[in-house]
Amino acid sequence: MQKRTLTAALITAAFAVCSTAQAAEPVIGLITKTETNPFFVKMKEGATAEAKAKGAKLLSGAGKTDGDNAGQVAAMENMIAAGAKTILITPSDSKAIIPAIKKAQAKGVMVIALDSPTDPQEGTDALFATDNYKAGVLIGEYAKASMAGKPVKIATLDLFPGHPVGAQRHNGFLKGFGLASNDAKNNELAKPAEVVCQADSFGDRAKGQTAMENCLQKNPDINLVYTINEPAAAGAFNALQKAGKDKGVMIVSVDGGCDGIKDVAAGKIAATSQQYPLKMASMGVAAGIEYATSGKKVSGYTDTGVTLIAAKPVAGIDSKDTKVGTDLCWGKK
Amino acid sequence: MTNKLPPISQLGPFIALLIACVAFGATTDRFFSGENFSLILQQVTVVGVIAIGQTLIILTAGIDLSCGMIMALGSIVMTKLAADMGLPAPLAILAGVGVTALFGLINGLLVTRIKLPPFIVTLGTFNIAFAITQLYSGAQTVTEVPPLMTWLGATFPVGGTNVAYGTILMILLYLGVWFWLRETQSGRHVYAVGNNPEATRLVGIPPEKVLLGVYVLAGVFYGIASLMSVARTGVGDPNAGQTENLDAITAVVLGGTSLFGGRGMILGTLIGAVVVGVLRNGLTLMGVSSVYQVLITGILVIVAVTVDQLSRKGGR
Repeated sequence: MQKRTLTAALITAAFAVCSTAQAAEPVIGLITKTETNPFFVKMKEGATAEAKAKGAKLLSGAGKTDGDNAGQVAAMENMIAAGAKTILITPSDSKAIIPAIKKAQAKGVMVIALDSPTDPQEGTDALFATDNYKAGVLIGEYAKASMAGKPVKIATLDLFPGHPVGAQRHNGFLKGFGLASNDAKNNELAKPAEVVCQADSFGDRAKGQTAMENCLQKNPDINLVYTINEPAAAGAFNALQKAGKDKGVMIVSVDGGCDGIKDVAAGKIAATSQQYPLKMASMGVAAGIEYATSGKKVSGYTDTGVTLIAAKPVAGIDSKDTKVGTDLCWGKK
Repeated sequence: MTNKLPPISQLGPFIALLIACVAFGATTDRFFSGENFSLILQQVTVVGVIAIGQTLIILTAGIDLSCGMIMALGSIVMTKLAADMGLPAPLAILAGVGVTALFGLINGLLVTRIKLPPFIVTLGTFNIAFAITQLYSGAQTVTEVPPLMTWLGATFPVGGTNVAYGTILMILLYLGVWFWLRETQSGRHVYAVGNNPEATRLVGIPPEKVLLGVYVLAGVFYGIASLMSVARTGVGDPNAGQTENLDAITAVVLGGTSLFGGRGMILGTLIGAVVVGVLRNGLTLMGVSSVYQVLITGILVIVAVTVDQLSRKGGR
């Protein structure tokens, strides 16, 4: 009996030592959609650097694939068990993650969504993200000004059905082009008559290429291509080049990864809306440290900014050149 | 009765393809063109060649979940060796195919020596190949690809239609394997092992040897698919191959090969792969959401497996 009490006391002491060590160093958890997408790799790097500079401990985890909600929930539970008081998460499934976030918040953990919102957005304490609708509007306006009143036949290479980011960029693009479109809250893809082909690219190069090939079969006169991201744009360019149509067709995109900016500089992509994953991550870490030291939570939506990058500026549209884009891009320069 | 019609499970894939073609031909005027068919074939080359390996394994009553990831690893190995280490393209391609064959060998050894179920073995190597691909590539796309590696993606004109060399290679591979399975003793052993491994052992054919050979050969086909993937997209893509395992199994099942092993035909698999490509192309031409492609593919898979099951019962 004596022995058991002693053991218990020792264990308690050990835990106490552990928790004081934790109190000295704020623990912040970062959960991305996957470990492999360069966007999230950069986000993790940004968070790690910021945490190191400010003396916080960063734990990181991810789902196995895009859409893996269970993997994200498990990562969150493990991080809270490891003493994280702030969780930064890019939700894979904007609705399914909500119950797990509620549980975490009930334990006094601050949860901040990065890059994409939960549904409803108020499900997290705060959101640091790109305004995806605005990202679409910028490339839409650029395309409209470049086309200078020429009749357009548009192909849209979208993400996959039902994803809010895919809908926001698509609808923003059409809005920016001055066509009938849906507002930023609507998850339906608008389809005005000018859009002659609509196909899903899954944000993937090979699938983007296949989608573009099929669109060209549907309508060989397509002269403007909107793409959900730059890998899809690269695939679309490949398809256009093989069909001998790369000269007369304009491709616009969203992301601003270093490979994408290279494609802008090479003239494959006319313009792209650049977003800033490192900034989302470092802002998240800073907020986590603030919460750990002063107990003050952040709230609401913070736009981490989006910049239109284009090799050829057009009159009336504010854009930056590819040099600026390269300085700010994410991925391998 | 040598002219007897093949059973429904073997005619099924052709019927499905015919129905799809007629339906799309009737609804969109752009469907029936040489150019469009050439494109559909180019779009199915990667899954098509992977599915050859998958068919061989399924004929032995096995299954391979690792095929797409092994393909992705092969394409990263060949493009990185050429781009980063300056290895001549033919050697880099051989090294890539060597790695995929090695993975086939590992699958085969685990299945034959330690007698592990293929489903679990290849689930393991699926994850291992994925992780090695990400670690080796640093999750970065390899863009500086030597021209020889993209040659299969180039086209040549045949009566006004541009046909890709990759398409020709895929068809030749199918014909070669068809001949091998049908006309040679070693080919018929593949069916025998799938039908009844103990009986084959009794007649003096060690089933382990046949199985090991099949897994290595499948690995070689995945390596050829790696090259096809590089040729088509022009890059080494570490995110490729994630859905190709189920896509390949879908093609095999639609093609009428039995998941119980020992029955099926390789040319059916080609038709199965083309059916999926035709659905994707035709529905895009019609302006229909890709969700319907997924829906129809799902229904066709169930129909194909049902036909197989019923014809097995009927055969008894």
